[in-house]
Amino acid sequence: MSLEIKALHAQIPGREILKGLNLTINPGEVHAIMGPNGSGKSTLSKVLCGHEDYEVTSGEVLLDGENILDMAVDARSRAGLFLAFQYPHEIPGVSNANFLRAALKARLPKGEDIDAVRFYKQLYARMDQLEMDRSFTSRSVNEGFSGGEKKRNEILQLMMLEPKYAILDETDSGLDIDALKIVSRGVNAMRSENRGFLVITHYQRLLNYIQPDIVHVLKDGRIVKTGGKELSLELEERGYDWVTEESLSVAA
Amino acid sequence: MVTAPDNDISDIKVDNVGDFTFPERNKYDSGFGITDKTVDFIADVKNDPDWIREFRHKALKIFQDKPMPTHWATKDLENIKFDEFRYYLSDGQKPKRSWDDVPDDVKKTFDRLGIPEQERKFLAGVEAQYDSEAAYSNIKAAVAEQGVIFVNSTEGLHKYPEIFKKWFGKVIPTGDNKFSALNSAVFSGGSFIYVPPGVKVKHPLQAYFRINSEQFGQFERTLIIADEGAEVMYMEGCTAPKFETATLHSAVVELVAMKGAKIQYVTVQNWSSNVFNLVTKRGIAHEDAVVKWIDCNIGSRLTMKYPGVIMKGKRARGEVISIALANSGQHQDTGAKMVHAADDTTSNVISKSISIGQGRSTYRGLVHIPKHLKGCKNNTECDALLINSNSHTDTYPAISVRGNQHSTQHEASVSQVSADQIFYLMQRGLTEAEAMSLSVNGFINDLAKEFPMEYSVELKRLIDLEMEGSVG
Repeated sequence: MSLEIKALHAQIPGREILKGLNLTINPGEVHAIMGPNGSGKSTLSKVLCGHEDYEVTSGEVLLDGENILDMAVDARSRAGLFLAFQYPHEIPGVSNANFLRAALKARLPKGEDIDAVRFYKQLYARMDQLEMDRSFTSRSVNEGFSGGEKKRNEILQLMMLEPKYAILDETDSGLDIDALKIVSRGVNAMRSENRGFLVITHYQRLLNYIQPDIVHVLKDGRIVKTGGKELSLELEERGYDWVTEESLSVAA
Repeated sequence: MVTAPDNDISDIKVDNVGDFTFPERNKYDSGFGITDKTVDFIADVKNDPDWIREFRHKALKIFQDKPMPTHWATKDLENIKFDEFRYYLSDGQKPKRSWDDVPDDVKKTFDRLGIPEQERKFLAGVEAQYDSEAAYSNIKAAVAEQGVIFVNSTEGLHKYPEIFKKWFGKVIPTGDNKFSALNSAVFSGGSFIYVPPGVKVKHPLQAYFRINSEQFGQFERTLIIADEGAEVMYMEGCTAPKFETATLHSAVVELVAMKGAKIQYVTVQNWSSNVFNLVTKRGIAHEDAVVKWIDCNIGSRLTMKYPGVIMKGKRARGEVISIALANSGQHQDTGAKMVHAADDTTSNVISKSISIGQGRSTYRGLVHIPKHLKGCKNNTECDALLINSNSHTDTYPAISVRGNQHSTQHEASVSQVSADQIFYLMQRGLTEAEAMSLSVNGFINDLAKEFPMEYSVELKRLIDLEMEGSVG
């Protein structure tokens, strides 16, 4: 049981972005992926979820042994893959409560509906953890939300959908320190031995709050270095350039 | 389409709830085409008084003389072959007061469409029309005791000639357009409603228009009068099976709201995609009166419908709230006409259209405020949502405001459901169709709230069905 990415190559027309990426996330683990701008971090998250802009040219992605690359976006979600978006989309006129109900209902056999009382009980409990106001349920999804509210909303969805593997794409971007703490608290509450996390971030700051087990450096579409928590501190201090040099020297 | 045998139809599975039919058993069939003979046939069958027979013949002449309005409207109108329709079909039965007395297949039809159930749950009265005539017509005793009249147009003109004659054809003159003239020549069915002064009908009255027969035109005629201070909500639903040939539906609806009265007219139409739906709807609002059209157009091959309000008395108010959904092969040409004819009158038009695939939606609006008036206000908003890159929308607002003591505002927007929005929704586990449906329902959400609850649920279901068929 794991999320296994094997020799993954992906491109947009005319440009290869992921160039043979290998990564295995076991349940219970929190992996962080760091890397400079343009290294392919966000591409990785979108490719894993099946975004149509990217073409996978070779490689495999196995979710608990099942190759998900042939599955549609929604089927991958229902199989247990969740992406907290860097730029969550606005859905005008659709309330957060209705959106979450629809997402949960999509996981039930056709014709079955969720239990409304239980749903709201759970929703309110999760919102309390994220310090979200009750009025939030009737507001349209992300419409008119501040950057912090949008990110909190992503984590709320994660908490409600309880995926097997969650990818957080630059969840810290646009957050002030208070919001960062709240969001991190939500994520930490969801850490469990049954759930794996992939935390994509440009800065080390987030990792002070969401402590990773393993840190990877992504550079030019490949993982060029893997280490423990201390690697992220080193990256903060020394930047990314030395990693490239080191890996090049290894390759030589 | 499914041709139902005589036995139960409840287990027939079709995508569209209205797509089934029963064999015809018409005692009266006007035959194909429309001539003076057709008009006489209908007048004879319906035992029309002379003035109505004359009214019909005059209307036929106007219909024949008027050209198709293709200089501004779609050329698709030229595909209507008037000689290939039948203009009157009925089994010769009077409308029944009890569902038990309604012929079996007709009853099954309306059972399937959920009418008797809705009637029990929340309606004050129901009229159910099957082809040319009402098969069922009933009003709850408590409502009738208040003096409310709710009958079909034939019964209205026979039993209440003094009220009927006063307003019939006065809001929409026969020659208003080619199709109002056609309706005036061959009209049958539709509702006649009179609400006495001060009576506020608590629950909605509903009419349901069902086309069962092929190569047929349905021409109901509805006249609603709310006397001083009265209030009424009328709802209409319509369906037809999908035939190989075109079907024509051309109604005329006239509303009269006397001083301080309020009429709300709600339509949820779900025509199959071969129906030409060419309807003229207009209301007169006297002093302090309100006429509100809440209109949802789903289905049909071509719908042309521009509900209007003539604000004749001071402080009168006219509203049109409309939702149109055009799927591939469909053209929703809808809008509103607001004619301000007194001081301090207010009109509000909110129109939302959705174009799917190669569907086309058109908004046509007319707002008229003459120079000699003061204090008139109009607000017009029309928003279009395009689902696919080849979907089509256009807007033709005509706002004529004379004088400088008025306020008008017009806003229009076009938006598209973006691929990233769908990706976001699908990443949460919704199928593409569910994601589209949710987006579309979000787009119309603020208007859907204007519909009675039971209808907004129906609206959502219809949109879900449309979206299901429109993706992959």
